[in-house]
This record gives sequence, structure tokens and C-alpha cells, in this order.
Amino acid sequence: MFKYLAPLVLFIVLAIFLAIGLNLNPRDIPSPLINQPAPDFALPVLNQPGRTLTKHALIGDVWVLNVWASWCVSCRMEHPVFNQLAQQKLVTLVGLNYKDEEPAAKQWLSQRGNPYTIVLQDQEGRTGIDYGVYGVPETFIVDKKGVIRYKHTGPVDESDMQNILIPFIKKLQAEIE
Amino acid sequence: MKFLRILILIFISSNSFAAIEYHKFIQPEQEATYKLLTKELRCLVCQNQTIADSNADLAKDLRRQVYEMLQQGKSKDQIIEFMTQRYGDFVLYNPPFKAKTGLLWIGPFAFLLIGLIMLIWVSRRRNQHNELTENELQKKARIKSLLSDEAEQ
Repeated sequence: MFKYLAPLVLFIVLAIFLAIGLNLNPRDIPSPLINQPAPDFALPVLNQPGRTLTKHALIGDVWVLNVWASWCVSCRMEHPVFNQLAQQKLVTLVGLNYKDEEPAAKQWLSQRGNPYTIVLQDQEGRTGIDYGVYGVPETFIVDKKGVIRYKHTGPVDESDMQNILIPFIKKLQAEIE
Repeated sequence: MKFLRILILIFISSNSFAAIEYHKFIQPEQEATYKLLTKELRCLVCQNQTIADSNADLAKDLRRQVYEMLQQGKSKDQIIEFMTQRYGDFVLYNPPFKAKTGLLWIGPFAFLLIGLIMLIWVSRRRNQHNELTENELQKKARIKSLLSDEAEQ
């Protein structure tokens, strides 16, 4: 009996392991920055020459950091979702224009609409490194104390926005500072 | 002739480094650390390449970061800490031994041990089996010899 059962059990165990492995997303690397203070930055603001913004200007409010670039194809996919979020006027939406050219970024926004409260330019990608960015687009949610609470890697789709991001933003907004 | 051919081959061959940008090091130790570090850090875009091998933009940026930190006099451990703070243990080709990565480190040895135990167990059973047949063989041989003894007489 054991002779026949053992290979079957072995096969089932192996199949379960492989099934789990296949369903994991290798692009989804857990960020060590969750529940850590958002890294500081001082970046020039797009369309406002001479102005720089630091993280401290945003403390006290929940804000969403969306890393995007005009060369990023999947950013086009998620862009309408962020345009819709902007219409709701729910939250401060900071765009991090990552390793991009200024004219290209401006053109991109004028063609597709600008959902961002403010757009920061990270032309050398240094702030990107500080935020552990490895696959644009990436989206971070930062709480009122300036702590990163959530990270989404890859394009945000309609259902991610409605079911995960918006409820999370509302939850953080309800938190007492 | 053969010598010439080898000589030509030596001249036309070149080390293939994806790292195309040139970094100048004053101290040779720093250069060695740079080479070591870029081979230990994983490019997160093309996950099976080190940042030394990868041509991805992020790998280039991370190489620049490593170079700059070395120029600032940062040690190897400080740079590794900088990277893991931002990208997690995944950025290291040799992940540290932790509860989370335990299976990764112990797993292969555990499977080896299981295999060895199975091997010993199976071969023991087979040996017992063989002993029986050997016993039978001995008996057969004895019968044979007895029979042949009889025939000789």
C-alpha cells in the first residue's frame, strides 16, 4: 500500500510547490520601505521653473506618489485611472517624472491630461533609487506622518484603484495625526 | 603559424563587460571593491543578471551609485546596507541567512539528506533480499557438489 501511496504523495507535494511558484509574480519584490519614513528629496517642479519641493512640504496630509515617465509604455495604461482619481479630488497626487526629458514629459501630460497636484522631476533617477524604484510605473501611498504605508509595482488598473488604493487612502486619511 | 594565429586571436578577443562607462579609480582597492560589489548586486529589472552584466538603465544608475559611494570613502558593507535598505535582500545575489531565507539555504541540504536516507533505506532492503538469495545460492551449490560427489563415486 505504502509503495503505491508514497509516489502519489510526493507528486502532490511537488505539484503544490510548483503551482505556488507559478502563481507568484517575480516582479513583485516586497519593498523594505513599507512602514519606513518616505526618503527625503528636493526636486525641481515641472512647469514651475526655479521651484523645488521637499518631502516636508507634504507632511500632515496623505499623499500618493506615482512614478511615471513618457517612455514608459504601461504608464499609458494606468494614466486614465489616475485621471479619474484626480477628478474625485480625494488626495494629493504627486507625480515623480522618472528619468525623463522635460519637453517629452510636458507633451505627454498635455496630450493625456495632467492628474497630478504637482510633478517632480527626477532626471537622474536618484530619488528613484532612494524609493527603491525598479519598474516604472510604481505607486506609493504615504501617510500624514510621512511614512510609506503601501506600494504598488506596475500599472494600477481600475479594480486596483477602486478596491485597494482608494479604500487604503481613505483609511489613512481617517487616522489621527 | 599556429603561434601567429593564437596571437591574432588574443588581439581580436576582448573581455566582454556590459559596463561600458569608464570609472577612474585612484586606489586599486576601491576598483577591486567596485568589481566585487557590481557582481554581487542584482539588477532588479533583468532579475537574473548582476548590475555588472546588465545594460538596463537601472543597472547603470546603480553602478554609478556604487562608484560615487566608493569615491566618498564608503565601505563595502555601507554600500550593501544602502542597497538593501532600498531594494531589500533581493538585491543581493547571496541573500543573508534569516528566518525568511532559511528554506532557501537549508532546503537543498535537507533534500540531499532525505535522498541519502532513502538511498540507505532502499539499499538495505535490497541487501536483505540479496542475502536470502545468496543463502539459496549456497544451498544450491551444496546440492550441486553433493550430487556431483555422488556421481563421481
